[in-house]
Amino acid sequence: MTETATLNADQDIADALCAQVGRAYAERTPLRIVGANTRGFYGLPVDGEPLEMAGHTGIVSYDPIELVVTVRAGTRISDLEDRLAENHQMLAFEPPRFGPASTIGGAVATGLSGPRRPWAGAVRDFVLGTRVINQEGKLLRFGGEVMKNVAGYDMSRLMVGAQGTLGVLTDISFKVLPQPAASHSLKLSLPLDAALNKLAELGRKPLPITAAAWHAGELFLRLEGGKSSVNATRERLGGEEISADLWRELRDLEHAFFTQNNDKALWRLSLPPNTPALPLDIAERDIFYDWAGSQRFIKTSLDADTLRKACQQAGGHATCYTPAALGGAQAPFTPLNPVVEKYHRQLKAQLDGHGIFNPGRLYAAF
Amino acid sequence: MNILYDERIDGELKSFEKSDIIADLQQSVPSLTLLHREEDLHPFECDGLAAYRVLPMLVALPETLDQVQTLLKRCHALGVPVVTRGAGTGLSGGALPLERGVLLVMSRFKKILAIDPDARVARLQPGVRNLAISEAAAPYGLYYAPDPSSQIACSIGGNVAENAGGVHCLKYGLTVHNVMRVDIITIEGERMTLGSEALDAPGFDLLALMNGSEGMLGVVTEITVKLLPKPETAKVLMASFDDVEKAGRAVGDIIAAGIIPGGLEMMDKLAIQAAEDFVKAGYPVEAEAILLCELDGVEADVDDDCQTVRKVLEEAGATNIQLARDEAERARFWAGRKNAFPAVGRMSPDYYCMDGTIPRRELPRVLKGIAALSQESGLPVANVFHAGDGNMHPLILFDANREGELALAEEVGGKILELCVAAGGSITGEHGVGREKINQMCSQFQADEISLFHALKAAFDPDGLLNPGKNIPTLARCAEFGAMHVHNNELPHPELPRF
Repeated sequence: MTETATLNADQDIADALCAQVGRAYAERTPLRIVGANTRGFYGLPVDGEPLEMAGHTGIVSYDPIELVVTVRAGTRISDLEDRLAENHQMLAFEPPRFGPASTIGGAVATGLSGPRRPWAGAVRDFVLGTRVINQEGKLLRFGGEVMKNVAGYDMSRLMVGAQGTLGVLTDISFKVLPQPAASHSLKLSLPLDAALNKLAELGRKPLPITAAAWHAGELFLRLEGGKSSVNATRERLGGEEISADLWRELRDLEHAFFTQNNDKALWRLSLPPNTPALPLDIAERDIFYDWAGSQRFIKTSLDADTLRKACQQAGGHATCYTPAALGGAQAPFTPLNPVVEKYHRQLKAQLDGHGIFNPGRLYAAF
Repeated sequence: MNILYDERIDGELKSFEKSDIIADLQQSVPSLTLLHREEDLHPFECDGLAAYRVLPMLVALPETLDQVQTLLKRCHALGVPVVTRGAGTGLSGGALPLERGVLLVMSRFKKILAIDPDARVARLQPGVRNLAISEAAAPYGLYYAPDPSSQIACSIGGNVAENAGGVHCLKYGLTVHNVMRVDIITIEGERMTLGSEALDAPGFDLLALMNGSEGMLGVVTEITVKLLPKPETAKVLMASFDDVEKAGRAVGDIIAAGIIPGGLEMMDKLAIQAAEDFVKAGYPVEAEAILLCELDGVEADVDDDCQTVRKVLEEAGATNIQLARDEAERARFWAGRKNAFPAVGRMSPDYYCMDGTIPRRELPRVLKGIAALSQESGLPVANVFHAGDGNMHPLILFDANREGELALAEEVGGKILELCVAAGGSITGEHGVGREKINQMCSQFQADEISLFHALKAAFDPDGLLNPGKNIPTLARCAEFGAMHVHNNELPHPELPRF
């Protein structure tokens, strides 16, 4: 049966949140939706009255056998993951935490996923349903607590990564998965080209790889799955065993790469699998490859246009993590092409006619 | 229900002369194949939901994207509705034509544009058949995971429109989880790329929104899907139960043991018997229910998991457990399940296939409810169930030649869907809403939620020209029919067919 949460922090303030949104709509006052504010850097600053989500907490329902958990947006990621771990389950998309207070609502709103993403899927792949406050301050429900649901448009997934600009996420239902029975992390000394070739070759085989990164001459791999297959793959690949902490440090941007020598702007490049090194003047020590090469963190002083042009030519895009006030790009996210932007604006106009939901958070114009 | 578009409640459509539209389109897109004579239109009057039939005003069979683009621009300018159709295998009437609309058939776009084994992606035109993708990827040891049962015939464009599923969804996801990028043409004739060959794209996740949008937001013209390495091995266990509830509980026990099977299917007695009569799959006809559990992956893990699952099934009270001894037996076990629909079709002149989803724990209660509805109506119901992900396919047996039986079957079907909604589930797991479940949407969603869906639609198609009357009901429709469904039990004479 569904267990009801008994956490001390179990608090439903949806009514108050709806009332505040309703007032903001009536008075046309912009809102700045904020949880623990650990992801404030990710996007443009918003000038608005705070809509505080951190008090909307608790696990609403969790049934391990259904592989579904429903949680209030202000719940700390750590509280949720601890609860799942008691039942040997997990959020397979490994949401980054940028501080101990990081909330699950923020994780969904920003849509960022951890090292397992290329193999397991992204945040949006695990969102089954949401409750959302619309512009008039009404609490609506989309999707649900079932694995398959194609009734109506997929509003829940549309909310992922929209950073609250289309509505306020109050509750989220996730598909959860069992923790792998076995895990092993290793490193191999390989130059970049050889590492990328190796990853392409391994990727075509059904191996239990769930993370692959490269930095400074070393290829890091995580194997997860059944004991037998992890052991067999471990023997086949060899290398030197490393601590699994690397993946947490990479996920949360706490690796020395991110915390030291920060005189340049930090960028995240998202590129098609198997993209070779970009023809840009960036020192190898300033690049950290994740997601088997599909996600690359770089530290650079190159201008946004140069960087974005190179990414675009390779079929990807670039996001600046360093705020403009600290020397980052003026536009953190890659500008949209005119047709796509037109439909973004029309969508925003339909769902947030008065521009009260985090205006200008993703793009200054809407 | 009355399948015809009803302007009184589905919204007004512009009036025009068919001959004017034909003349206009022939002039603006001279190279386009346009069918307009009644005998040419008949093959397109229905999709996989053959009980619903409407002759379209015109059928367009484009072969180039320029033709599609110009056609949409003209239809937009003229205010002519457009219904897009792929292979026409959909089961919810999503491609049901409009008497006063153009049916845009995308089936001539059949090219596999590229397969990149290193990036593990395939670039496809929308008319490529689902199974053809895996066939083309096979030489590289790769395949495309979603496998709707119509995979021999259904096309990838339609899969995107319906967010199609299959028997391996719990582990490998639906279409939305396996599509990386789509190109679409809007009703205004603009070309737009959503998603990317990278693992994400800037801006809103319009790619996710496009999946399952049933041709209401744009016309899909190209799709990039991800390919997966073929599992090293797949093994199937078949377990028999003398009680449906025990089988239902065993499903939860397998998941609780930390195992995510590649496929986990359940069939009840009527479905077992029908399948056995039809394909001789070796099913135990005396069983009340069987579970088929497929475990796939690396050989060593699969062997370990088989042992675990066998133990779980024994403890759950299975009366018999069989591991398919070889590939031939595995194929036979699956053949019974994959042919369950036509097998049931042999038992009855007609059947009506439902597609509700529920949390698995509700299975015993919902099955009891279905049995009661079956008894009350006198219509037999066979249950086939994607047990792993809670997706039920009750098949209601009826004879359309008997006065009122189609209506009765529809009514029983509607009530089954309401049982699913009441159990915390959904009216459709993978077949879509289309025209078929338009009224049941009113029991799944509140008026404000439906209004938000209309707002989403208006952002892409303010004039409502793409597939009008499908997917999202008007509030006027909910006021007229929705209330009937919500309060069905309170209606006098529930046995009467209602049109």
